[in-house]
Amino acid sequence: MKTKTNLFEAIIHGIFLILGLITVGCVLLISVYLIISGIPAIREIGLLDFLFGDTWASTASEPKYGILPFILTSIYGTAGAIILGVPVGFLTAVYLAKVAPIQVKNVMEQAVGLLAGIPSVVYGLVGMMVLVPGIRELFDIPDGAGLLAAIIVLAVMILPSIIKMSITALEAVPKEYEDASLALGATPEETYFRVSVPAAKSGIAAAVVLGVGRAIGEAMAVMMVAGNVPNMPDSLFQSVRFLTTAVASEMSYSSGLQRQALFSIALVLFLFIMLINAALNFFLKGERNK
Amino acid sequence: MISNRRKMFLWTVRGAMYLAAVLTGALTLFIMGYVLLKGIPNVTWELLSTKPSYLSGNIGILPDILNTVYIVIAALAIVLPLGVGAAVYLTEYASSKKIVAVIEYAAEALSGIPSIIYGLVGMLMFSNSFGTCLMSGALTLVIMNLPTIMRSTQESLKTVPQAYREGAFGLGAGKWRVIRTVVLPQCLDGVLTGCILSVGRILGESAALLFTAGFAHALNGFFEGLSSAGATLTVALYVYAKEQGEFEVAFAIAAILMILSFIINLSAVMVTKYFQRRNAV
Repeated sequence: MKTKTNLFEAIIHGIFLILGLITVGCVLLISVYLIISGIPAIREIGLLDFLFGDTWASTASEPKYGILPFILTSIYGTAGAIILGVPVGFLTAVYLAKVAPIQVKNVMEQAVGLLAGIPSVVYGLVGMMVLVPGIRELFDIPDGAGLLAAIIVLAVMILPSIIKMSITALEAVPKEYEDASLALGATPEETYFRVSVPAAKSGIAAAVVLGVGRAIGEAMAVMMVAGNVPNMPDSLFQSVRFLTTAVASEMSYSSGLQRQALFSIALVLFLFIMLINAALNFFLKGERNK
Repeated sequence: MISNRRKMFLWTVRGAMYLAAVLTGALTLFIMGYVLLKGIPNVTWELLSTKPSYLSGNIGILPDILNTVYIVIAALAIVLPLGVGAAVYLTEYASSKKIVAVIEYAAEALSGIPSIIYGLVGMLMFSNSFGTCLMSGALTLVIMNLPTIMRSTQESLKTVPQAYREGAFGLGAGKWRVIRTVVLPQCLDGVLTGCILSVGRILGESAALLFTAGFAHALNGFFEGLSSAGATLTVALYVYAKEQGEFEVAFAIAAILMILSFIINLSAVMVTKYFQRRNAV
């Protein structure tokens, strides 16, 4: 009787262990698949030619597979989105966490939640219909689809996660810190920006890194507004391709070396994301150890 | 009292904060208002209840709606046991801190991977063996949503008081029986919240589905649908807007997606409130 129950419990334990390890298995599987399918093209093209080649002409009679334009576009695009999105998101978060009346805060938090739930294709659609014609009219250029439009769309898309995470970090600052600062005669605004914000800095840094991850990984919205021509990102109005959209735009009709090169691009993107994840973990650990 | 320099700082900071908050609010209002105003007039019964036909030039999104429903059902049916099981293992069984750390790290890594990479890997793993079909898409979504379900279940498992477990053990119940009859019923709220969040994510997903589930608009039953290619609402939006230039249909779908995401946000809030009240009693 006893051994029978023990066996039964051991089997159940084993089943749950397997279920627990599925997550780990998935991560390993994804990494292995990406590496295996990404390496051959890099080998054939040559690592340096692939990473630092400045022309992508995959369908030319003499194909060239240089992804420097995509890498630079992804970096510029993300940096631009951060430059636009972070100040707005950060200041909104300080306002909501510290200044806003409770009703305003509740309404705004709901609104930000909704903004976070909007599918990326809807952002892309609004960008296509409002932003792209807007940029074309405003700057008097033939086509508004390009780097600038992508940057603005990405900035709006990372706003909710930056606001949410910064609010959480700011609200975790002990009330005593602020009370002490106020008691010393600092104004409320000085207290928020000179005491609360520095105290919440690793949480806010994590929010920014999360924003970077979102921006660099976004594909569909960018695909709809960035123009999709594999140019070097020389100007804000240039029609460009990101790492993500480079994969998405040729996948459906690619074959042979071209297809393998797309997998290599995905591998490069994956490595970027892993770096960003590591940075995120670093900042979150700082937050927890405080 | 306050020096001019401090006053300057005060007013700049105050101005900047209000400006940023107003900008965020205005952006949210604008996007929602714009999509709803442009989209709702185009949402007609005919659009919702027919399938597209090249012969008559008719555009209907019924197949896309059904595909979305199928893929949500299929993905949830698979991811629920996996996610809940993983959470149970982490909180109830795992005795080694290392394993817990590894699993949690893996879950974090999964939630950071962009959906286009899921799409690509899903294509390699599933579409190459099952073909481009809704099932391949659903399996890809299973991997994507595993961390969501796992984490929300785990959060609510942690709130089940240790005394409940000890009480049940004291009455002579085995571990599995305690989990099944005492612990799991208590964490229903976490499972439900996880489901709602996942449904939201699945509804909004497009990049991961483009290459795994394809973009056909055929009208199918459930099982037949799962084994054939099909576009969900988001993918259909993309195809109509970007490839076919049918902006009215695209806006109609966008408005529907927007309303669905209102409902999802609202129900997530309501579930949390309901269980908070129930647990407080």
